Amino acid sequence: MNAESLEGEDRPGHTGYNYAYLDEQTKRMLRRALLKAVAIPGYQVPFASREMPMPYGWGTGGVQVTASIIGPSDVLKVIDQGADDTTNAVSIRKFFANTAQVTTTTSSERATIIQTRHRVPETALSDGQILVYQVPIPEPLRWLEARESETRKMHALREYGVMHVSLYEDIAHHGRIAKSYDYPVLVEDAYIMRPSPIPKFDNPKLDNCPALQLFGAGRERRVYALPPYTRVVSLDFEDHPFDVETWEESCAICGAQDSFLDEVVTDDKGGRMHVCSDTEYCNKRLAAQGRQEATA
Amino acid sequence: MTEIPLLEVESLTRRYGRRIGCQDVAFTLWPGEVLGIVGESGSGKTTLLNCLSGQLPPSEGRVSYLTRDRGAVDIWEISEAQRRLLLRTDWGLVHQTPSEGLRMGVSAGANVGERLMAVGARNYGEIRTEALHWLDALEVDRGRVDEFPDAFSGGMRQRLQIARNLVTRPRLVFMDEPTGGLDVSVQARLLDLIRRLVSELSLSCVIVTHDLGVVRLLAHRLLVMRQGEVVEAGLTDQVLDDPQHPYTQMLVSSILPV
Amino acid sequence: MTAISQDPSIMMEVKDLAKTFTLHAQGGTEIRALRGIDLEVRKGECLVLAGPSGAGKSTLLRCLYGNYLPQAGSILIRHEGEPTEMIGAEPRSILAMRRRTLGFVSQFLRAIPRVPTLELVMEPLLSQTVPKDEAESRSVSILRHLNVPEHLWGLAPATFSGGEQQRVNIARAMIFEYPIMLLDEPTASLDQENREAVLDLIASARDRGAAMIGIFHDQGAREAVATGVFTLSSRKEAA
Repeated sequence: MNAESLEGEDRPGHTGYNYAYLDEQTKRMLRRALLKAVAIPGYQVPFASREMPMPYGWGTGGVQVTASIIGPSDVLKVIDQGADDTTNAVSIRKFFANTAQVTTTTSSERATIIQTRHRVPETALSDGQILVYQVPIPEPLRWLEARESETRKMHALREYGVMHVSLYEDIAHHGRIAKSYDYPVLVEDAYIMRPSPIPKFDNPKLDNCPALQLFGAGRERRVYALPPYTRVVSLDFEDHPFDVETWEESCAICGAQDSFLDEVVTDDKGGRMHVCSDTEYCNKRLAAQGRQEATA
Repeated sequence: MTEIPLLEVESLTRRYGRRIGCQDVAFTLWPGEVLGIVGESGSGKTTLLNCLSGQLPPSEGRVSYLTRDRGAVDIWEISEAQRRLLLRTDWGLVHQTPSEGLRMGVSAGANVGERLMAVGARNYGEIRTEALHWLDALEVDRGRVDEFPDAFSGGMRQRLQIARNLVTRPRLVFMDEPTGGLDVSVQARLLDLIRRLVSELSLSCVIVTHDLGVVRLLAHRLLVMRQGEVVEAGLTDQVLDDPQHPYTQMLVSSILPV
Repeated sequence: MTAISQDPSIMMEVKDLAKTFTLHAQGGTEIRALRGIDLEVRKGECLVLAGPSGAGKSTLLRCLYGNYLPQAGSILIRHEGEPTEMIGAEPRSILAMRRRTLGFVSQFLRAIPRVPTLELVMEPLLSQTVPKDEAESRSVSILRHLNVPEHLWGLAPATFSGGEQQRVNIARAMIFEYPIMLLDEPTASLDQENREAVLDLIASARDRGAAMIGIFHDQGAREAVATGVFTLSSRKEAA
């Protein structure tokens, strides 16, 4: 995070762009917004979102946040729904390898910055790491109130009863809280926040997390943040407490029973299997099993 | 009488630029009293209601409300947060058009339960029980608790809106043409229901309407408004049966007997 | 000093009462309906208003109930033991007087709410915090007394015959033992049997000590209940 000292014209890989693609003024503006976001956990800070060389919905918010904080000494990991090897993850990783000359990795432990779309890694994060979320819709109150002026006022006055109205509706119609991703949370007993479309399975990982968590919404032009060790509580009712998904199955590849599983259809005869959504976690377990077998 | 007024309004004026919305209105509302504000459209009655109910800041004057916990406060002196809280708890606001006062995208039960959740109720079962209780009280079929408001008729929607307001047991309810836009027979039944609830719950009400039949049935007292000013005030039957001001006489004589 | 404050048996004292109607729609025409009315009525008295049609009998009764607004004079009523001025009183004070002290019986049921008959009759008692079962048993007995058929009690009176409506109205007006009662032709258009039943109620109210002022068109009714007569002369000249 010392891009200021890197006048990058002479660095390899540059083709007329500033270091990490964005100009220094833009990065400074973003960092100011992020500082404010860190100072007020869960509060949405507006910023002047730039056009990025990718369409909205592909992580323009996350990429801008990453660009504003990254430096050559950083090690970057990018995941898309837990996977390191999808198109989106690969191209964002390449983008920063190219424009910011950073080392990239698939290891959650080695990474200093992890940009993610819709998952939190299974591997516990640690002090000093930064998790950057790509956010499509930052406003938790948007579903019922279209006016930004009104939602800002509702946040300011903590008029959050309506959030429970949406949970009430779930129970009334489905007998339980059916919302399974982008599950709203209350941050430090103050702001209600959307955790981005991560499965609610990941919500407990947000609470008291040692890593800094930054959220960027490019189209909606908002950033927000959870500083390390912030209290994050998922909304619920006393008689319908928050819980996370569990599976009867275990991962068909690594046998994990504690990770978030994706259901994969394997043929056109109804065959299917469950595998870890976090590819790194799965590979790591597999490698460890291989070593065990080798030593056995 | 050692009773303290619930609402005290002094020289309340609201201007829109140079135009007068309402001017120099003063009255006192006592606990359990139902005040009707009548006048033609454009007479300033809705402006007045908005100034009283914390929706529209007045240009001059004060609206003093006797809170449960802090004595009398000027509702335009307290913070917006406190004012909005008042409007969600100790007050009710019934709009003429139910869709303005309801969340059309959520079920009847959620509409009724919302205020409870807004003040911290976090037990689904209790919220639902309370919602059902208020559907019963408003004579809405409890079997429809999970239906959306668009599935309800106009009269039923209005009942739903009233239930949504009463769930926090407010002491003061503002109503803007509560039976406007409904069929006559539906209107009559709704009025009887409101009349019964107002008396059973000892509600204080401010009802704005152009319909003298509504105030004849519901209001203890009337303010007659014309061009932003109160031209006559008094006991409902006295104002309607022996109107003093030329405008009131015109108003009373221009309707069918009520 | 007013007489009412000297003599506790006086329930209502009217002094120099004047009522003028100003018809703004007709060029401000003034109709002097009443002028210089002085009267008093005591416990157990029934004062019958007499005078030709248009003399202002009904207007006077409505002024005494606070329904019409007099221009001048004084109406003192004994409300909860204290002589209380009605003219210029706040609406809620007048409503309190009507709730506890002042009953009004008319032949018309105004603005009939769609409430079942029995509940309608119970209402004045319930608003006085009379327990519900007592209110109900008293309502049942007065409805029986007035020959309102039992199968109608659960229905709203809007669909009843004129006579039935009138009797429901009388039941509602007389269920509570008001210290002062104003009667505006309570027996008009009733058949003989029901007329007797109503007069019976009025006489027993009078005998328990109610002070009454009434308009009765038929001579028999007047003779049955009156203890005195107050005559109004015709006064229709415009100012």
